[in-house]
Amino acid sequence: MPATSFLARERTIAAPGYSRWLIPPAALCIHLCIGQAYAFSVFNLPLSKLIGISQSAPDDWKLTDLGWIFSIGIFFLGASAALLGRWVEEGGPRRAMFTAALCWSGGFLVSAVGVYIHTLWLIYLGYGVLGGFGLGIGYISPVSTLIKWFPDRPGMATGMAIMGFGGGAFIASPLSVWLMAQFSTATHVGVAEAWICMGLIYFCFMMVGAAIVRVPPDGWVPEGYVAPAQSSRLVTRENVYVYEALKTPQFWLIWWILCLNVTAGIGVLGQASAMSQEMFKGQVTAVAASGFVGLFSLFNMGGRFIWSSTSDYIGRKNTYFCFFGLGTVLYALVPYTGSIGSVGLFVACYAVIFSMYGGGFATVPAYLRDMFGTRYVGAIHGLLLTAWSMAGIFGPVLVNYIRQYNVDHGVPAAQAYNTTMYIMAGLLVVGFICNACVRAVNERHYMKDEPAGQTAAAMGGE
Amino acid sequence: MAGNSNAVKLILAWTFVGIPLVWGVVQTLINAIKAFH
Repeated sequence: MPATSFLARERTIAAPGYSRWLIPPAALCIHLCIGQAYAFSVFNLPLSKLIGISQSAPDDWKLTDLGWIFSIGIFFLGASAALLGRWVEEGGPRRAMFTAALCWSGGFLVSAVGVYIHTLWLIYLGYGVLGGFGLGIGYISPVSTLIKWFPDRPGMATGMAIMGFGGGAFIASPLSVWLMAQFSTATHVGVAEAWICMGLIYFCFMMVGAAIVRVPPDGWVPEGYVAPAQSSRLVTRENVYVYEALKTPQFWLIWWILCLNVTAGIGVLGQASAMSQEMFKGQVTAVAASGFVGLFSLFNMGGRFIWSSTSDYIGRKNTYFCFFGLGTVLYALVPYTGSIGSVGLFVACYAVIFSMYGGGFATVPAYLRDMFGTRYVGAIHGLLLTAWSMAGIFGPVLVNYIRQYNVDHGVPAAQAYNTTMYIMAGLLVVGFICNACVRAVNERHYMKDEPAGQTAAAMGGE
Repeated sequence: MAGNSNAVKLILAWTFVGIPLVWGVVQTLINAIKAFH
């Protein structure tokens, strides 16, 4: 029997009695691993001291050059998800998860060689390009499978997986520090060895996910679930082909919705520590600020599950109205917390803001499923992730440049972020308008070349 | 019998992903609490 048959979609069709609750852990096996990307910064300082050991030597890599590793990775996340979405969708989740495991762990191993021979472009190629492909393929691989297994609660299902992406950093950060400590000596920084270990651990972990994942048989529905007989106002029973979705205004509205929500969130995410210290000088120390950042990350992760699960009850459009409406108020409130010196109110505002930032990521696959059906939702989600790549550039640039502009023009450091927060609140108002414009997809975009029964099956319908 | 087998698989799968996730969250909380102090 050829080895590839293990990866074939037909081999992943669930036998009778298979529990759908095995799918979320399969998805988490992937997302908990690739979520390491959020914790990559723990390697930046050690990488800048590979030669000098205790401090950077002239031949050591600069932090500005090292920053490109993460940026290249995120760029290839978006690019690979967009380019390979259809391949992932049509080949089934196991083949995609296996490929993601190879790319992700391979990226670590290639990068370890790069560290060993002190060649930075090999790390760009390994972690950035190869790892970036692992990120993109891995991120979208379980999405449509989860939606097909949980037609009754698609938001909760995808929320669980995408929560794992946020949680991956919590595991990777202490694990990386511990591994480096095991291999570091007075004359050697143990980054290469740590990466070899992480590559092997992640490969095994992701392969467990690939082994247990299954797709539902045609026509399967959860016990007691009755699919709606007709499309409702904002939830279709039909399917839209992946590239046909690009021709709909709904795709581009949701693209902007995600981009604006992420731009606002990611912009302040990287600045949360510095912002809290500058806004509350003398009240918030660097150590306390790092505690805030850890707390915000927990809200970011928890929000992914809570908001996406809530969206199953209040609807996707209403959930995004919450993000944009409440978000606008909270972003505009942050400068006020600084002016009255209320650290507690500042932390409360930020905690909710970060929960909605994570919630935006986790709710969007279900929003796409409502608009375009389940058939190509993974591939369409892949195309939508280009919005994340764009936001990854816009957000930090907006915050950093506006702050610098203010400081250069004599604005006190404590108030240098005020304009930024008002601009972010303005972006959320635009997002609110985009969300208000979302209507059901015009029927002419629906797939017509498949019998109704097949469409219903793809929907997880009766 | 199939029900028992499913239950074992579910417990194993959720434990497999749950333990590292809970460990990571607890580590983060400990660090956050230390920082607040």
